[in-house]
Amino acid sequence: MSAFATTAAVVFALVLLALPAGPLRAEYGDVVLNRRAEAAGVRPVVFPHWFHRIRFRCKVCHFELGFQMRAGSNDVRMNDIIEGRFCGMCHNGEIAWSPENCDLCHSGKPGLPSGIFGGHETNGPGRW
Amino acid sequence: MRRGLSGFLAALGLLALMAAGAFGQVPSWKPLAQDDLHDPAGPAVNLLQQPAAALSVLPPDGAGNMVRWVKALEEGHIQPRTALRQQTKVQVYDKDVLLNLKGGMPVVRFPHKAHTEWLDCSNCHDHLFKKQAGATKISMFRILSGEQCGLCHGAVSFPLTECSRCHSVSHAQARKELEGQSR
Repeated sequence: MSAFATTAAVVFALVLLALPAGPLRAEYGDVVLNRRAEAAGVRPVVFPHWFHRIRFRCKVCHFELGFQMRAGSNDVRMNDIIEGRFCGMCHNGEIAWSPENCDLCHSGKPGLPSGIFGGHETNGPGRW
Repeated sequence: MRRGLSGFLAALGLLALMAAGAFGQVPSWKPLAQDDLHDPAGPAVNLLQQPAAALSVLPPDGAGNMVRWVKALEEGHIQPRTALRQQTKVQVYDKDVLLNLKGGMPVVRFPHKAHTEWLDCSNCHDHLFKKQAGATKISMFRILSGEQCGLCHGAVSFPLTECSRCHSVSHAQARKELEGQSR
């Protein structure tokens, strides 16, 4: 093989190695809520920001519905949702599925800690 | 024959380089059952929308969700609702603010328009940033600790690895713009 071909092959191999091995696992902005879920006998909740922001602007939940923007600062109870507050503003069987569909939100792996996942480095110390 | 092979290899290498250069990271999204968050044994992983299905059709990016969310909204790829209640007042404000005028990094152009398309004024004012220009000291340390801009950037909006997306204006250009405004 010519020197050029060898160089090309080496470059090709290096580029392949340099490419990321795989995607980030959790999707950027996924939030796990498990302050009470597992203690109450259901899976932790996984809230995907990516799914919701395709359908609603941030201000709908973080202004109209009153969700504070710091993960962990919203103490949402199932009763709130059933009575139409927080998630329950939409998850009422009209805009989105109703709270009887437990498994669709309570979909997390057992043992997950609460927090925001899939992100870079901005949780900061003692954020949750 | 040999020349053919070496040419082929060279072309392959070049293609790989171009691909790596053009995309930096190839956008790809884990299926929910493999994302380390969803329980693969639960029913949801077969019922919920998969990230790849929703995100692969939007303007691509090299970080975060691998989606240019602001562009997706501006160009109408997505039409997210602005309000649930009719009486909610929707405020959009169009004014760029230049920040970090004395810093070593290029000046930051903060676009109110792109932010208020998504957010309400009260999401940032006045508890994170005072409305009066210069009244709030903004620091990269605080941002990296998840405060100020870092409340969203690094969590849900494009991450803090994308320095030049905020630090985008040369000091010379910023001076020119500010002189133009004061005239």
